[in-house]
Amino acid sequence: MELFTNQVLAGIATGAIYACMALAVVMIYQAIDHLNFAQGEMAMFSTFISWQLMQWGIPYWGAFIIALALSFVGGIAIERILFKPLAKAPVLTNVAGFIALYAIINSSAGLIWDFTIKQYPTPFGSSPFLGSQLISTHQAGMIGVTVLLLIGLYFFFQYTKIGLAMRAAASVPESARLVGINTSWMIALGWGMASAIGAIAGMLIAPVVFLEPNMMGGVLIYGFAAAVLGGLTSPFGAVVGGFLVGVFENLAGTYIPGVGNELKLPIALALIISVLVVKPAGLFGRQIVKRV
Amino acid sequence: MTTLLNVKDLRAYYGQVQALHGLSFSLSEGSLTTLLGANGAGKTTTLRAICNMVRSTGGIEFDGKPLNNRSTESIVRFGIAHVPQGRGTFTTMTVEENLQLGAITRKDNAGIVSDIERMYAHFPVLKQRHTQQAGTLSGGEQQMLAVARALMLRPRLMLLDEPSFGLAPLVVRDLFGILGKINREDKVSILVVEQNAQLALELADQAYVIETGRIVMSGNAKDIANNEEIRKSYLGY
Repeated sequence: MELFTNQVLAGIATGAIYACMALAVVMIYQAIDHLNFAQGEMAMFSTFISWQLMQWGIPYWGAFIIALALSFVGGIAIERILFKPLAKAPVLTNVAGFIALYAIINSSAGLIWDFTIKQYPTPFGSSPFLGSQLISTHQAGMIGVTVLLLIGLYFFFQYTKIGLAMRAAASVPESARLVGINTSWMIALGWGMASAIGAIAGMLIAPVVFLEPNMMGGVLIYGFAAAVLGGLTSPFGAVVGGFLVGVFENLAGTYIPGVGNELKLPIALALIISVLVVKPAGLFGRQIVKRV
Repeated sequence: MTTLLNVKDLRAYYGQVQALHGLSFSLSEGSLTTLLGANGAGKTTTLRAICNMVRSTGGIEFDGKPLNNRSTESIVRFGIAHVPQGRGTFTTMTVEENLQLGAITRKDNAGIVSDIERMYAHFPVLKQRHTQQAGTLSGGEQQMLAVARALMLRPRLMLLDEPSFGLAPLVVRDLFGILGKINREDKVSILVVEQNAQLALELADQAYVIETGRIVMSGNAKDIANNEEIRKSYLGY
């Protein structure tokens, strides 16, 4: 029983990271109808920036905040430079753009910081949380930061004018322009926020998976699985999907014979395929109510 | 009466296809003007050209200021509210959020709150449903919501594209009554595009008839309604 509880809690902790990645993916998907394959690489690059800042002697939370701000600006810059010109281009052109972005960020990180694995610090420590062996303080910290982030985002989108404008621009762009919303900048803002959310995920998971240019590869696939499971049109679904995938991954690795650590990743892919076959809209994918 | 909107030699294009062929008309402040014409005559295109949602050349002046080459979202800031064909409802958001979105360019939060109450007084059905997802409203209710959303801008000019489309005759009467009231009491100038010529002429004080991208007739709405020849050849009733 303790093993089970332990695995569930650990699953929730990594699930928090998948939830963040899924949320970042969904935000961009809602804004431009494309999956950002480079979301993980953007998060990795942000994590490297924070690491570099710490190497220069800036304390953890200072580096965290600066990296977040830089990621936000960087996300906006990527949209303005690369994807705004592609806005009316066919799907495949956009896919090529995302793959190019993936390769460029990945190689740049390798070029600047090389491909050796680096230790990444945790501000929470890794002692048992509240004296319990079930979960470490870092895992608890991952969950805590994610929950704070989600609450913040909820209030932003529900109760601020700009959050309302962003939702409107994503749901009916033409009407949004007719009430005076600059939809183009709302998309850029979505990219900035997705980039910053990804950065949080990267910095939280780095102490676990260690820092190197390919650190987010697996995490992003779980993030995709979470987004598909929850429904690509539902930010709430993406978050729930993230936690479910985290728990499911851990339990499958522990209890299904032969899966172990090696076959955990194919489980995510199997999950993506199963959801797409059985319930393509995902668990919370919006069935848009329409009356004509 | 001063001229609020002045359109001169307007030509509009969808790709290579020219939809408007040098159309000119004007609308005076406070008036309720209607653009009539058959399907495909260019009524919707005219409204879309005013808001720069279709490529066009020619002069469009609002209150003496040129609107050409301004983005759709910046034209809204002149006080021009456009209710598009199909109503443009934010279907996945609540009725109240739709109203808030209509006022998104305004900064006076207290005014916005009181205007939402004013809209609920105009359209009581919207108050009953203010937390409901807008996509669940009936066609008539969605049209009320679209008009209310446009009014939330406190516009000087409201552009309405086929407000009667798909609505039951009684609902249309209701809606047109409200439009007349808004025009008289709130001093909002209205440019309404309609296929239902009879009803539009009852409501409007000025009318233009469009045929294949050109104005072929203009004048006082009553005169046009009373002229049997025009009615038969252009308006089909």
